[in-house]
Amino acid sequence: MLEVRNLSIAFRTRTGLKSAVRNIAFTIKPGEILGLVGESGSGKTITSLGVMGLLPPNAVVTGGEVLVDGVDILKLPPAELRKLRGSHIAMIFQDPMASLDPIFTCGDQIVEAILLHERIDRAAARRKARELLEKVRIPDPERAMRSYPHELSGGQCQRIMIAMAVACKPRIIIADEPTTALDVTVQKQVLELLRGLNEEVGAAILLITHDLGVIYEVADRVVVMYAGDKMEEAATADLFATPQSDYSKALIDSMPSLGHRAERLPVIERDASGKVRSVRPEPRVRPVAAGPVLADGDRPLLELRDLCKSYWVKPSPLSMPVEMRAVDRVSLSVAPRTTLGLVGESGCGKSTLSRAVMRLYKPDSGQILFKGRDIAGLSDREMRPFRREIAMVFQNPYGSLNPRQTVAQLVEAPMVIFADGDAGQRQARVRSLLEAVGLPAAAAQKYPHEFSGGQRQRIAIARALALKPSLVICDEAVSALDVSVQAQVLNLLKDLQAEFDLTYLFISHDLSVVEHVSDTVAVMQKGRIVEYGTAAAIFGNPKEAYTRMLLDAVPTVGSMRGGKEGA
Amino acid sequence: MNASIAGALLLVARKLLTAFVQLLVVATLIFSVMYIMPGDPVLLLLGADSNPSPEAIAAMRSQLGLDQPVLSQYFVWLWNALHLDFGKSLTNGYPVANYVMQNLPRTLELAVAAIIIAALIGVPLGIAAALKRGSMRDTVLTSIATIGISVPVYIVGTLLVLFFSLKLGWLPASGYTDISRNVLEHFRKLALPAFALGLGLSASIARMTRSSVLEILGRDFVRALRAKGMSERRIIWQHVLRNAAIPIVTIIGLQLGNLMGGTVLVEAMFNWPGLSTLLVGAVSARNYPLVQGAMLAIAAAFILINLVVELLYSLLDPRIRRKRS
Repeated sequence: MLEVRNLSIAFRTRTGLKSAVRNIAFTIKPGEILGLVGESGSGKTITSLGVMGLLPPNAVVTGGEVLVDGVDILKLPPAELRKLRGSHIAMIFQDPMASLDPIFTCGDQIVEAILLHERIDRAAARRKARELLEKVRIPDPERAMRSYPHELSGGQCQRIMIAMAVACKPRIIIADEPTTALDVTVQKQVLELLRGLNEEVGAAILLITHDLGVIYEVADRVVVMYAGDKMEEAATADLFATPQSDYSKALIDSMPSLGHRAERLPVIERDASGKVRSVRPEPRVRPVAAGPVLADGDRPLLELRDLCKSYWVKPSPLSMPVEMRAVDRVSLSVAPRTTLGLVGESGCGKSTLSRAVMRLYKPDSGQILFKGRDIAGLSDREMRPFRREIAMVFQNPYGSLNPRQTVAQLVEAPMVIFADGDAGQRQARVRSLLEAVGLPAAAAQKYPHEFSGGQRQRIAIARALALKPSLVICDEAVSALDVSVQAQVLNLLKDLQAEFDLTYLFISHDLSVVEHVSDTVAVMQKGRIVEYGTAAAIFGNPKEAYTRMLLDAVPTVGSMRGGKEGA
Repeated sequence: MNASIAGALLLVARKLLTAFVQLLVVATLIFSVMYIMPGDPVLLLLGADSNPSPEAIAAMRSQLGLDQPVLSQYFVWLWNALHLDFGKSLTNGYPVANYVMQNLPRTLELAVAAIIIAALIGVPLGIAAALKRGSMRDTVLTSIATIGISVPVYIVGTLLVLFFSLKLGWLPASGYTDISRNVLEHFRKLALPAFALGLGLSASIARMTRSSVLEILGRDFVRALRAKGMSERRIIWQHVLRNAAIPIVTIIGLQLGNLMGGTVLVEAMFNWPGLSTLLVGAVSARNYPLVQGAMLAIAAAFILINLVVELLYSLLDPRIRRKRS
């Protein structure tokens, strides 16, 4: 029903056409879920926009055909194409909150979508919208109809988007990273919903994602893309059992997966001839021969005792403010040179906790013992010597580096603030830090925009290490990166831990990453630590129902597949 | 639902209270500026050249209440102002309130007419430029808008008079006719000053509309609307414009507020007997009560317009309304 034949798309640039997608071909049959997988920049989103006829103005189709039921939609006049959109081909986007108009109610937006393609009156469309909301199993459909997007959660908004997409019984649904912005438990529900609707409505789904776990659980067949080229097309089970292309093999290798804890993650490399392969780098040898050994009786570097931090929120304009405990009596300890993984869903208080440890704000009560001294109540001036000891790496490597400073200035900045050494010594330290994070010396004079996401995160790490801290807080530090880049950065963090005697507080929503890096793990839910123990104990034998639920929700390669088994 | 109505009322009540406090602060400022300013109104009234006797001066002082302590003068003035009594004009003894009530509507009318003209020109131009971003049309429209902002109003006014009244003879060059006497003549005389004010303002409205529409066009939901199969025209008129409205409404409201005291040049040029004309005359005559009354009226109008704009925000954007329970 959808057949893409040798589709090529290029971007217009000052220097001529720059090819983005080359000769992509695939077909989707009714009722099938086709996964399209690849890293950012591989051309998967551009391909899907090309199929919808929604390419940005600077992109042009340079060849090929997109056949929908035998009609080449690339040759259709705009008005005809518009009729197909929404009725024949529907699309679900990555960020559900941003994909809904903020100033109309969700109900109105679904009704609008129905009325665009069906000749029924408004009341009938409203009834239909309500039925759709029941079908996507939104809690309290009546209320959802009246709500504005900002009044619903991300998962609920994605259900609204799905309801809108299936409203006119489209033949093809294109889902572009539909669960990337959602928590694992919500992701699981949304994927189950998509799979159920796919069976019920009989629409074919083109599922675009970078997450191999999602592909494994949901897709029937997979197309793997890399740098604009199709690498492989295979049935899902075959791809994971016997990947044919080198890239697919490397991609599957580099994914940290639950239950497979490896010391090093393999990374993807491209050799001079452009061939892709997976290499498992050896850990770097410690420059100092005999490093300090982790002793059992070691005093913890960081210890939290009954830490509390609340916000006061007004549930409605007339009511009194009520206390919302973002961090509720949290007690934890981290031994030197170990990694504590902190996991939990969005809104559980992970970031509030990390900011309280940084003393970006004062906790309401409780103690923060850093090297045995309570820093919870210190004034800004008293806190200053401790600021050198605690560094932070943020999630977004695009937003956390000042675009107008060179890498050398960025990395040097903390040393300048603390008046560390003279200019010459600082320059030397910048050079050695860049080397430690695996960046060439020439990088020092460049600006952040000249680097990829993974390289920028290396710059951020170099900056965090500038003052020789003992504790580094990584707040979702690898979440914005592609799988293979994520593997490189995780390897780097492990190397640096050994080399610089670092202690990590590693915050992430991604359980497989946390399992890979952590020695101890704390699971956080609604401000409280619900389970806390060694990584092996938590992942091998979770005690709490909530931990088990989180673990179950992670789409994992090699696990029992959900509803599609045997289909 | 009841909670949301109560919430809306609470919002209005809070905004009204804020507006009242603002007005009180402005009133205090006006009073103290007048008190600090050099020059004795009593001497002015009696005529400094005629060398009035100390008895006459004292009598005049007590008649005007100026012999009272400052604080009590202030409270009396404030109390009276609350009852729309701004005292009497020093020159002829007419109540100041009458002057204000007579001239305020004229300035308000001129300002509103100018803003309507500015919005009718600026908003469509801004949209047109945004939709063809980077094209010849965009460049030309943006350049015209820049020129429009930088040309002073008296040059625009002079050109309008030259063309429409002296060359074509379509409209009167200046003056004012009360609407009760001749409706057509009233609006004919309104046309040129309103256009002179509005043309310059339309340029900044056009620029704000352009950037606001461009910003909304780049949002994810616009792409989602296209994917739903909605026509570009409907996307613009139903979704983009409503989302883009807040900055546009803000700038229109600010401009309208500024016009309350900013029509001086145009009123003088077109001989329009508005609030600015009144204020300028009162300042040069040291007619303190009249100055105070006119300034207070201008400030009140400004604050009121801002209040309306803020209430419009919450109508336009549900996110500004408080969360429902």
